[in-house]
Amino acid sequence: MPKDEAKTAYRLIGTRPLRPDGLDKVTGRARYGADMSAPNMLWAAVVRSPHAHARIIRIDATAALVLPGVKAVITRADLPTGKTGEAADLQDNTLAGEFAYYDGHAVAAIAATSQLIAQDAAKLIVVDYEILPHVTDVDAALLPGAPIIRPGIADHSVPEGSHGNIARSIDFGHGDLDAGFAEADLVMENSYRTEATHQGYIEPHACLAQLGEDGKGEMFVCTQGHWYIRRMCSAVLGLDAAQLRVTPSEIGGGFGGKTTIFMEPLALALSKKAGGRPVKLVMSRSEVLRATGPTASASMDVKLGMKKDGTLTAGKVMFRMQGGVYPGMSPVGEALSCAFACYDIPAVLHEGVEVIANRPKAAAYRAPGSPMAAYAVESLLDEMCRKLGLDPIETRLKNAVKEGVKASYGPKYAVIGLVETLEAAKAHPNYSAPLGPNQGRGVASGFWFNHGGETSVSLAIGEDGTATVSVGTPDVGGSRASLALMTAETLGIAYENVRVNIVETGALGVNEPSHGSRATFASGKAAVEAAHAAIKEMCKRAAAEWGIDAEAVEWDNGAAQPAGPNAGKFPPLSIAEIAAKMGSTGGPISGHHESTPGGVGASFGTHVVDVEVDPETGHTTVLRYLVVQDAGRAIHPAYVEGQFQGGAVQGIGWALNEEYIYGADGRLQNPIFLDYRMPVASDLPMIDTVIVEVPNPGHPYGVRGVGETGITPPLPALANAIQAAVGVRLRSLPMTPPKILAAIKRARG
Amino acid sequence: MTKHHVTTTVNGEIVEFLADPRNTLLDVLRNQLDLTGSKEGCGTGDCGACSVLLDGVLVSSCLVLGVEATGKTIDTIEGMAPAVGLHPLQRQFLEHAALQCGFCTPGILIAAKALLAKNPDPTEVEVRYWLAGNLCRCTGYDKIVRAVMDAAAEMRGAA
Repeated sequence: MPKDEAKTAYRLIGTRPLRPDGLDKVTGRARYGADMSAPNMLWAAVVRSPHAHARIIRIDATAALVLPGVKAVITRADLPTGKTGEAADLQDNTLAGEFAYYDGHAVAAIAATSQLIAQDAAKLIVVDYEILPHVTDVDAALLPGAPIIRPGIADHSVPEGSHGNIARSIDFGHGDLDAGFAEADLVMENSYRTEATHQGYIEPHACLAQLGEDGKGEMFVCTQGHWYIRRMCSAVLGLDAAQLRVTPSEIGGGFGGKTTIFMEPLALALSKKAGGRPVKLVMSRSEVLRATGPTASASMDVKLGMKKDGTLTAGKVMFRMQGGVYPGMSPVGEALSCAFACYDIPAVLHEGVEVIANRPKAAAYRAPGSPMAAYAVESLLDEMCRKLGLDPIETRLKNAVKEGVKASYGPKYAVIGLVETLEAAKAHPNYSAPLGPNQGRGVASGFWFNHGGETSVSLAIGEDGTATVSVGTPDVGGSRASLALMTAETLGIAYENVRVNIVETGALGVNEPSHGSRATFASGKAAVEAAHAAIKEMCKRAAAEWGIDAEAVEWDNGAAQPAGPNAGKFPPLSIAEIAAKMGSTGGPISGHHESTPGGVGASFGTHVVDVEVDPETGHTTVLRYLVVQDAGRAIHPAYVEGQFQGGAVQGIGWALNEEYIYGADGRLQNPIFLDYRMPVASDLPMIDTVIVEVPNPGHPYGVRGVGETGITPPLPALANAIQAAVGVRLRSLPMTPPKILAAIKRARG
Repeated sequence: MTKHHVTTTVNGEIVEFLADPRNTLLDVLRNQLDLTGSKEGCGTGDCGACSVLLDGVLVSSCLVLGVEATGKTIDTIEGMAPAVGLHPLQRQFLEHAALQCGFCTPGILIAAKALLAKNPDPTEVEVRYWLAGNLCRCTGYDKIVRAVMDAAAEMRGAA
């Protein structure tokens, strides 16, 4: 395993060993959410509303209940009442109460002895609906005559007299905006729209659950965070969290969409009603698209002031975002905070509203809010560079935030690497590759905060000197490998001598999900701390054997050593030697670490894309794609590259193909993968990557999260490249061939 | 509905099962034969996660009925590795880090195996078009394409 570059003193950090869970995943042995069964198990199916907005008058399960094999039917009447706040919204989204709020909203669930019987029974449940007026579009929801979907939902932030579909209002900023715009040589203002997209994980939501009359339950579930599953299911069903034991399956992709619950409480409630028999519930793809976490759709106004030399003087945004009918789900706050995060602008104003519409409850999707914000701001920035004849990278360098600068959203930046990503992009051969007719190059930068989050890790030294690390962050893309590398590096043992296990909720303190690009950062930091605790104990055992002070022992190269000549002359005691005797020298040796770590390192990236647009069809071909991002330190560079590439391709899909399409009836018209078209291999070139390493001083090995930023720049970078190729500016996503063709026709009269 | 008795060969072994006429081959593999390596990502033949070989032909097992397996030969991911070690495609996927969540991996390995049986020396474009029926949401396909190309080269060298 050669190191990519010999620029660190580390033995293992920066190498590319095989991932510990790899063999299971190339042989079909790895167990995902739907792969587990239990003795005496039932299968579940869910009845969903075909209406975008309706009052539920009556649910008649008589015919379903007499079907042989049906063991339980539940409706909202089977769930506890009196919930408030988040629990009320989670419960209402899990199973509709008085109203069905979107096409796909669950209204009843069935457990039966086979999947086919459960599905047959679902068709026998009769639901009487009173269809109500609906609205699905973010701008249409704010028109004067729009139906008010959740009367009284507005919180204290919303001014009196605002539209009834506004749930929350945000504004913040700093500096003298008028002076800033007055100082500018060019002020431009435009509006941009992005459609909702789905995270598109290939594994549908699935769980196997059991709950007894005694309130004790178990669940095997695909999730990014099993403590969240425990907390949310307990809240919805009125269970004690400690009585619900949640074990995460291998996870077939999440991208933020598996950080919450959608149908898990149904499996538990059905199990309880069916006498405690285990219940397996697996969503179909249509259920996933209709009823689980898409991201918000957005309508955005941006205004920027710029001097002739490219210096930004002022910026103002107004974002309107809808994330369904439950407040708090559209990432408008995050989007606003990301909008100008890349730039040092003297005066900024951010305004935003959260809009209610008859769509599924939005969930987090990779850097929630940041891609939409970047599409608006980085597009306008490019339009202005074009107008003033400025180079897009030089202009970004002129305004780029650096260490010590006050971020547009408030805090002062610590050590960051935006400038380094811009310099690396400028130096890359892709930035000077020749372009032909109808070809164009686009540049954009992007930002994500990254996250620490509640973290609990336990490490145990085995009898032979190997180590097991128990973590609570499911492995979404190679984190077992990075955690094993950091642990082995710290202990001074081989990578192969560490096993990282993702353990159930009963085995550790509370862990937040693998979200916010935090798994390698936070669980890694905690694993290193846990290793240091174990090392301290091992030094103590060696000191006792040698009869010297523990302070006179140091850990080096996987062994306890006397710390200098004054400590005495003793041969090193290896981890294996100490471990072999631990039973008689004080008992098992382990290390634990619990914290909500600080020192999170902000993440920046810059992308360069070349496209060719066919002026006859409007079709865009991506010719070259370059991702440059600051990883802080790449623990396992192959999986860092993988995050960059995967994020970029999700962004390419959002930019060019993907969208939620609603009919006039409020029903989702493209709830299968044939019509919700995500990028396939033949749509894409290789995705070139450059890993910039500006180590994060807040992590023992310099890690910044790498998962999220990569989805942000592609949206504007592709819009910028399309304009460079054929001279038309697309201010609405996705930039499909018909839209591009129409724009070309308009431009050419 | 009356169930049908089916005898077929899966990964070289003769197996029997009772299938409801509505059960797909994927349902049967996963829920009756306990071969859960083939995955259901869509159920409509759009994602390729359920790819298997049916008499050597690449199919989406979610679009084949269980009863259609009668007298056929089926190869799934569970039968891909030799008795000792791994198939070159499996090894190259590991060495290239060509998987993140791994959920699409079994289907892509089976599809790639079918490609290399037909075309031992594919171009990058040929690999990309052959695998266009297999969705991967994690990797952006870069490392997958490289792994398939390298496995092809390795297999040509060994032949």
